[in-house]
Amino acid sequence: MKMRAFALAAVIAGLGVTAVTAADEPQEVRQQLMKKVGQAAGALSGIAKGEKPYDAEVVKASLTTISETVKVFPNHFPPGSETGMETEASPKIWENMEDFKAKAAKLGGDAEMFLAELPSDPAGVGAALGVLGKDCGSCHETYRLKKE
Amino acid sequence: MRRRTNRLLSGLVLLVLAGAGVLWWLTKPRPWDEAHWQGLGQPDLANGEQVFWAGGCTGCHAAPGAKDDQRLVLVGGRPLKSPFGTFHAPNISPDETAGIGGWTLAEFGSAMTRGVGKDGEHLYPSFPYGSYARMTAKDINDLWGFLQTLPKSAKLAAPHDLPFPYNIRLALGGWKLLYLTDEPRVALDTADPKLARGQYLVEGPGHCGECHTPRNALGGFEAERWLAGAPNPEGEGRIPNITPGSKSIGGWSMSDIASYLETGFTPDFDTVGGSMVEVQKNMAKLPSADREAIAAYLKALPPL
Repeated sequence: MKMRAFALAAVIAGLGVTAVTAADEPQEVRQQLMKKVGQAAGALSGIAKGEKPYDAEVVKASLTTISETVKVFPNHFPPGSETGMETEASPKIWENMEDFKAKAAKLGGDAEMFLAELPSDPAGVGAALGVLGKDCGSCHETYRLKKE
Repeated sequence: MRRRTNRLLSGLVLLVLAGAGVLWWLTKPRPWDEAHWQGLGQPDLANGEQVFWAGGCTGCHAAPGAKDDQRLVLVGGRPLKSPFGTFHAPNISPDETAGIGGWTLAEFGSAMTRGVGKDGEHLYPSFPYGSYARMTAKDINDLWGFLQTLPKSAKLAAPHDLPFPYNIRLALGGWKLLYLTDEPRVALDTADPKLARGQYLVEGPGHCGECHTPRNALGGFEAERWLAGAPNPEGEGRIPNITPGSKSIGGWSMSDIASYLETGFTPDFDTVGGSMVEVQKNMAKLPSADREAIAAYLKALPPL
């Protein structure tokens, strides 16, 4: 019994260590950042499609998340993080870092524009999401590789 | 003795000639008879535009980097890298000399569905006539009509850049003999009009298999791996498997797929990427029933 508890503790500790190490790597950090943007977009989409009621606070929070996340996002592509941990980052990022940063800034700028004039109904949220989604796509078009 | 050798020799020569003749006959360009394109009437331009977006003509034939309305100038020039060399999409604007303004419907139709050029030459299958072969004469006629309404450009596109032996057009007849077919890629219940429509769009004008299906060393499809994903022809990464067995989209519902084609968002709010970005923008211009038909077809495929 004691043995099992010990083994279990070791496994949990081991998992914790792996998680911590992984979370520190830029590849993992930027994957998490993209997930945050995705969740925010998901919240906006729920409202746009009428699956969730319109809530100005949710709209504001989601747009803020997008704007703030993409501000720091391009800082997590240091040399040496081109491969590994299932990164889908294209080598073109490091060849055109300025353009890559400009694309991130475009998304951030558009999110701020909608924050300044908050969409006031589901249709407005849908229109905003259309603009933001195009920004996502225009960067993924060049700078993200599919591995599967 | 000598006479016999001579006879044997001439026999051999005849045999070789006959063989070459059969080979020539088997692999010669085969445009449609003119009659195939007659009686179609005035093109339906609205449908022609739908076919235009379903086919994604701008993807290769717009100038590289062109934006917005400039994309409707089908000047060509975009390089398409392949294991066989680099193809350059030609000018297909209605310009009479640089483009295809001087062509007839029959010439255009045989280029689209039989891979035969205006001068009766074989075209390279980098132009996806292997998919377009399934298109109806009506859709070709409507598309032809729509293309005439687009702006002209007098600029000539660069020629293909292909090393020997791939620069020999005659050999394409052999490729066609092996791989050009207008048969369905998979057997489905085509009594269901939605599935039939999806099959038409995906296997025909949409030419999805051109990137999503792996090819053998001769550039023919691995028929058993239809839409099961392939290496990215333009470099790193992969073009995903889009059958129900896919790790990435196998779990998507029909409405997830239709919604992705409409908005570019995946169900977990990742977005479309790579060369699919442009395809998705085109798909967004189709009626929602067409996107739903494509989704229904993809869900009905054998899982790979």
